[in-house]
Amino acid sequence: MAQQPVKRITDIGPPNYEKFLHPIIKKNYGKWLYHENMAPGVYAHVAESGDRIISVRAASPRLLSVETIRFFCDLADKYCGGYLRFTSRNNVEFLLDDAANVEPLKKELAARNFPVGGTNNAISNIVHTQGWVHCHSSATDASGIVKAVMDALCDRFTHENLPAKCRVALACCLNMCGAVHCSDIAILGIHRVPPKINHETLPRTCEIPTLIASCPTGAIRPATVDGKNSVEVVEEQCMFCANCYTVCPSMPMNDPDNDGISIWVGGKVSNARTAPKFSKLAIPFIPNNPPRWPEVVDAVVNIVNVYAANACKFERMGEWIDRIGWPKFFELTGIEFTKYHIDDFRLAGTTYARSTHIKF
Amino acid sequence: MADEKVKTPLLDELEKGPWPSFVTEIKKASKKSPVCDDLLGQLELSYAEKKGHWKHGGIVGVMGYGGGVIGRDSDVPDKFPNVAHFHTMRVNQPSGWFYTSNALRTLCDIWERHGSGLTNMHGSTGDIVFLGTKTDELEPTFKELTEAGFDLGGSGSCMRTPSACVGQARCEWACYDTMKLCYDCTMEWQDALHRPPFPYKFKIKCAGCPNDCVASIARADLSVIGIWKDEIQQDDAAVAEYAKTLDIQKDVCDRCPSRCMAWDGKKLKIENGDCVKCMHCINVMHKALKPGKERGAAILIGAKAPIVQGALLSSVLVPFVPADELFDTVKELVSRCWEFWDEYGKNRERIGELIQRVGMGNFLDAIGLDPVPQMVTAPRDNPYVFYNVKKQA
Repeated sequence: MAQQPVKRITDIGPPNYEKFLHPIIKKNYGKWLYHENMAPGVYAHVAESGDRIISVRAASPRLLSVETIRFFCDLADKYCGGYLRFTSRNNVEFLLDDAANVEPLKKELAARNFPVGGTNNAISNIVHTQGWVHCHSSATDASGIVKAVMDALCDRFTHENLPAKCRVALACCLNMCGAVHCSDIAILGIHRVPPKINHETLPRTCEIPTLIASCPTGAIRPATVDGKNSVEVVEEQCMFCANCYTVCPSMPMNDPDNDGISIWVGGKVSNARTAPKFSKLAIPFIPNNPPRWPEVVDAVVNIVNVYAANACKFERMGEWIDRIGWPKFFELTGIEFTKYHIDDFRLAGTTYARSTHIKF
Repeated sequence: MADEKVKTPLLDELEKGPWPSFVTEIKKASKKSPVCDDLLGQLELSYAEKKGHWKHGGIVGVMGYGGGVIGRDSDVPDKFPNVAHFHTMRVNQPSGWFYTSNALRTLCDIWERHGSGLTNMHGSTGDIVFLGTKTDELEPTFKELTEAGFDLGGSGSCMRTPSACVGQARCEWACYDTMKLCYDCTMEWQDALHRPPFPYKFKIKCAGCPNDCVASIARADLSVIGIWKDEIQQDDAAVAEYAKTLDIQKDVCDRCPSRCMAWDGKKLKIENGDCVKCMHCINVMHKALKPGKERGAAILIGAKAPIVQGALLSSVLVPFVPADELFDTVKELVSRCWEFWDEYGKNRERIGELIQRVGMGNFLDAIGLDPVPQMVTAPRDNPYVFYNVKKQA
């Protein structure tokens, strides 16, 4: 008799989260009364029953070895009955039911260089993308810049001394697999020269109609090159989005001398006080300068410091700029205003100043 | 060959400083996994040359699934043969990113056996990311994952892995059970998650209140954002307590976007009919004020990053759905949206871009939803109206 094949398990979805909830969380699910801030990175939630759960939030580089995850697990076993979680900004959070465990836990985290913080008016972790570590379309690295910037902003992570929250995000190309476009400060990798077409490989690696349709400005046109079907790029129409490269590997965009960083400010996703808004261009281009991108670090630290010194209590970056006006922002930060700051894509006119409300 | 470790002078600079270092993490993994040495080598080359060295990795995956694995190949495989193929696996995270140490250890053990031992906790959409393995290891990894109760997440033109904030698990502001809705949606549409059926990706994010900790309004094609309909719950004694440390007029009333509150030095009076549920007063005085009791969510549609036609924020589709009707409403709404998008969406056109192209009015007609003024910040200000006058029969 032939052995029955083992049934392949598929389509089971993720484990039900209920299996992973701390008993106090399970018991008080949906019955929380309020929370208390105990220290930067440490806060307690109090339930109607009087139960308390304490969360201790520590920094993570997001890219984690299994060795470090196991270290987090050991700490969770020692201090939290094995319960922990990660935050939407990639921090790790330990869930404690005994306040006496907070200091020993913090001590062990500090001993292994995992700062505790990122709550309230601190700068939380930088959400970011893969960069040169693992992405094909990146115009810059992600983890390296994040590391260099957070080294410089680490005190802002461990202290809650800003006027409001300040969300920093990094995407290594316009695909933005990290939501940088609504961040207080967005660090965005950009290309600045058109794709280099590989006419040799293009006919067999790419579907030409799909490739032509992929261009938002219609800059890609069919062309016959050396008797082969290929495409040409109307270079004046290219704004370097790299969507063509995503659909066709024979249109590489990487260019060491011309790729680099742009910096955007004033976005938010929260509805608190003002509506969610997009980040706006502050610095059009900074060249890639690995391993530590000092110019990018300086630019971000400068913006944070000027914001911290000038914004009123509760004002997010964008709310502060809305109050003082963009001319003042450029004046205070010393950032040069250029023609690149003026929109020229669809509906650009909505950002032109259409009143005489002018400050001097 | 531990004594022949690759030299990485540039990356070593990123082991200095107070913030935890990803380079240190890769080096830790390289103690057990030699592929990480080649990853370090290739990354060092990228740092020296200022360019990436990965290329599209072709179509790879596990049997029967059309997504969950991102193929990644090196463009310098002769120099770094161990990362010639270095594919990513996305593993669907539990709602709210809650774990037990046992569950995490199980994942670590599986990934150490079959891959680089490097992860992202977590990827941008929310998945656990297993970073780097060979094609032959995909199926064995998948087998062990599913036996341990985990499944892959989404990639490509599918319903991407939904995600949720902590919601009612640990937040007093959650206006509905975000983690349950996230789980229910994930289970309901397993087929659409694993076998890409759409013109492009479709993301669902569940946020418990308008603070939107999962950035759903910026990142999700369907943003479900908790909100309430009745009065803010108010504890006057606790407000008085806050008055000792806060300037309630300046810090609370003057910051209210609809100016719906007044403070006479003793009593805070909220004109709830004017409240836009922005959360500021509740955020600031969280022991004194809470969202109302009639809770549910607003459903918004269409957010995305710039590619292809420009970034969009989600916009209001249904201003309020009571919490207990939420899953059924989302199911119905999503199926109608997908039907229209399937029919009319162009290749790589997100649903938000489709709505921009055909117009919200036509989209509402197509999904059978009546227009309401909550959907716009203002009515149109141009007279180019596509009137649709029915001919007399």
